[in-house]
Amino acid sequence: MTERRAAGPAPPDRDTLDVLAARWAEEVEGTSYVPMAADELQEHLLELAGLVVEAVRAEPPRPEVGAEVGRRLVAAHFTGPSTLERTVVLLAERLPLLYGPEVRPAVHALTGALAAGYAATLRDRTLDEQEAIRRAVLVARQHTEQALHASEARFRAMFHEAAIGIGLGDMKGRILEVNPAMTRMFGHTADEFRELTVGELAHPDDAPAVWRLYERLLRGELDNFRIEKRFFRRDGEVIVGHLTLSLVRDEEGKPSYQLAMLEDVSERHRLQQHLTYQAYHDPLTTLANRARFTERLERVFADAGPHSTRRVGVCYLDLDGFKTINDSLGHHIGDLMLQEVARRLGACAGEGELVARTGGDEFVVLVEDSQGVDRLVGLADRVLAALAPPLRLAGQELAVGASIGVVEQAVTDTTASELMRAADITLYTAKAEGRGRWAVHDPDRDEAETARFTLSAALPMAVAHDEFFVLYQPLVSLSDHRVRGVEALVRWQHPRLGVLSPALFIGPAEETGVIVPLGRSVLETACRDARDWHAEFGSAAPFVSVNVAPRQLHEPGLVAEVAALLDRTGLPPDRLQVELTERALTTDEGAPLKALDGLRAMGVRIAVDDFGTGYSNLSYLRKLPVDVIKLDGSFGEGLREEELYDEVDERIVGTLVDLGHALDLTVTAEGVETAAQAARLRELGCDEGQGWLFAPALPAGDVATMLRRGEPLGELTTASPSRPAALRAGSRPRRRAGPRRDGRGA
Amino acid sequence: MQRPSWAPEEIDVDRPSAARVYDFYLGGLHNFSADREMAARAVADWPELPRIMQANRAFLRRAVRHLAAQGIDQFLDIGSGIPTAGNVHEVAQAALGEARVVYVDIDPIAVAHARALLADDPTTGVVEADFTDPASVLDDPVTRSLIDFSRPVGVLVVALLHFVGDDQRPGEVLARYREVMAPGSYLVLSHASADGAPERADEHRALYRRTATPMTMRSRDEVAGLLEGFTLVEPGIVYLPQWRPDDPSAPLENPERFTGHAAVGRRD
Repeated sequence: MTERRAAGPAPPDRDTLDVLAARWAEEVEGTSYVPMAADELQEHLLELAGLVVEAVRAEPPRPEVGAEVGRRLVAAHFTGPSTLERTVVLLAERLPLLYGPEVRPAVHALTGALAAGYAATLRDRTLDEQEAIRRAVLVARQHTEQALHASEARFRAMFHEAAIGIGLGDMKGRILEVNPAMTRMFGHTADEFRELTVGELAHPDDAPAVWRLYERLLRGELDNFRIEKRFFRRDGEVIVGHLTLSLVRDEEGKPSYQLAMLEDVSERHRLQQHLTYQAYHDPLTTLANRARFTERLERVFADAGPHSTRRVGVCYLDLDGFKTINDSLGHHIGDLMLQEVARRLGACAGEGELVARTGGDEFVVLVEDSQGVDRLVGLADRVLAALAPPLRLAGQELAVGASIGVVEQAVTDTTASELMRAADITLYTAKAEGRGRWAVHDPDRDEAETARFTLSAALPMAVAHDEFFVLYQPLVSLSDHRVRGVEALVRWQHPRLGVLSPALFIGPAEETGVIVPLGRSVLETACRDARDWHAEFGSAAPFVSVNVAPRQLHEPGLVAEVAALLDRTGLPPDRLQVELTERALTTDEGAPLKALDGLRAMGVRIAVDDFGTGYSNLSYLRKLPVDVIKLDGSFGEGLREEELYDEVDERIVGTLVDLGHALDLTVTAEGVETAAQAARLRELGCDEGQGWLFAPALPAGDVATMLRRGEPLGELTTASPSRPAALRAGSRPRRRAGPRRDGRGA
Repeated sequence: MQRPSWAPEEIDVDRPSAARVYDFYLGGLHNFSADREMAARAVADWPELPRIMQANRAFLRRAVRHLAAQGIDQFLDIGSGIPTAGNVHEVAQAALGEARVVYVDIDPIAVAHARALLADDPTTGVVEADFTDPASVLDDPVTRSLIDFSRPVGVLVVALLHFVGDDQRPGEVLARYREVMAPGSYLVLSHASADGAPERADEHRALYRRTATPMTMRSRDEVAGLLEGFTLVEPGIVYLPQWRPDDPSAPLENPERFTGHAAVGRRD
């Protein structure tokens, strides 16, 4: 052993070292994570084992090598505390066993140094790694703070630049922060806002639900809600805002803030209101318009259940003669008139009554809960009374009349559209009954009116489509029953209803003004046909008698038109006779009389139709430019029976004939149906007769045929001896009523 | 609450972090008392945990070596945690001489530390990003500068996916990565599993609820589902120590104690 010592320690036996390294690896395996494969680990430990063995066997032993081994263990990431424990125990046990008990002191010293080296290295490493990780924390924090700063800057920018108002409040309702958009919206500064509470942003128009929602949000039952509500600006002006209020909760979910986002929609609101107003109001009169009226009326029906006792009424009003005013005085005056009428109507309407302008000169008053027709009639009376005082418009006084159709019904009995149809028809009735009055809807009358109304509406189209044609009824000389003239009679070839008599359409045609083009067309047809007869029969040709309506006489161009027509057709003026009603002649206006003078100056003859039916003063005939009077058929009725005749009628007819002759007028009797009647009229001095005895109304072609035959018409007899019917008590013939059989209109 | 990427989370060292707890298990000293306390409690309940973590780290080492042997010289290590002994670039560079590695983690401290540690190494890079937001990982300029996706790449999701809940659809996220991986690329995956120790797993999950990264343990079948689209490299999905051990002849005692699945998949 001495030798060995002297020679220094022998190199460690490789096999023994391998055994030691394998045992070491076994001991420390798993005590720390070491990124080595098993063979690498053993290789590493083999190296350390060599160092250890060499150190303890050295002479003198070098236990300080233990410190280096401890350091290298930690460097290899053997950082687990049990690595040291197991290493120390292994070396202390194994080395004396493998290399003899004499190494024990050196082993003790070495393991001590190893522990110290291990601890020192681990301490350094710990300090290094802790410092590294703390530095990493600092860096990460810095990074986070920068990111937070950037994100906060973004939030600030968002908050400041947002176009919508943003405000933050605490859970007591105090306002903590608002953005510039919010201050602009309200006119408060941010500081002024901070003096306010959310509750102070209430507006009297707020629905109670708004504040109930707010309470629920404060209690944490709601996370957010959206509403539209009004706010007062600082200057007292009202703004409309779209508000979203949200709850901000803390990490535990406890409500901590309230966040308001507010969009100013005042402009949008105003525009919408304006558009709504425009959609529902008439710009001229500022009254409600048809849309508004219809909506309200339909709501009355929609709101009423099937067992509703609700009643509804309307006064449907149309100004009389408004078109004339508009045409003659100009639209400006017309508009002023409508405005004044609207004002007066508005003053008449009470609670629950809506006044609307539904068309040109049409107005309607809706009574939503009418409770009986009396209220409507009262309203109609008030309206007419209100319109009675003349209107002072642009320096002139104008009278305005109105006709009113009144309808009042239970909501369950009708519909909105039926009600309006009834109102329309009733208005028409009121007009037909003579304007300036009201009429109450009468369902029984409805049907007839509807027909009339429908015809009236169809008239303009019918004229345009030339649905009318002309028949001629001969006028004969009572002395020889030979044809002297024909009366032109118009008929309507209605596409669905067939041939309609003038009784059905002349009235409406006059009311709507269609009579003017219609009359013109009849006049032209009659003149052409008369010209044809004149061409064929010369002086034996009949004159043609054409009815002219009062309205036509008012047309300023009538005389010139007739002159042009005669010129165009080549009909001699004395072959044309114009028939007018008594009423048309008894006007005070100058225009019609001037027209008659003009016609007469041309050589056209003027006949008064239906003579004796008006209440006119007979003396007027003297002053008028008239050539012929046509006695109304009713006067001749009492003269028809051969054996029985009416003495009074006979006397009246006689007087009228005498009067006519005294004024140098031709007297024509209408409605001649029997030979006896014809004979009696001839005896009374009547010049001409017209009626079924002679001929019905005929087409132009038939008239020509009749003329070619050249025969007298109807039986020509002498009158029976006078036996007045009045002598026989109770046998006075009844006068017939209804349309006359020649079919002439009223 | 979903946090926008520009509103960072606060740094709180009083809260344990999965990365630092892992570091502690591996004998690292980059951890704080909160991390050590949590690790101590976990180990008290489950004494094998440090061994499981070591086994996981050893799997990582073996897998990287295997990939390097297949010629893979660029790696994307997602969920890399605190850099510690046996980092991917050390293993790869030891095998190949040169390799590029990008470390990705969501933990800002782990990232800051890794950056400090690797500041002087131009072949490595560190990205702070979230695995579940693949674009933030793949489009990061650091990733772009180091990884060439036209060539095969090794993507590592080692001990990561059990921190990704089902609600975050890890399978779909993985598919997004798979789409950019060139054929011949590999996916290295290990995953905590409740198989074999279900009662302990429950407690463990409860512990991790205190961290920012709660755990979702998955069964072998579920892990197989995540690997859809990859061809499994032999021996397939196995317990951690069973994946290509250094010494195949060495006996493995109770490999199921190492309750973690390991697998490597190839993108064909």
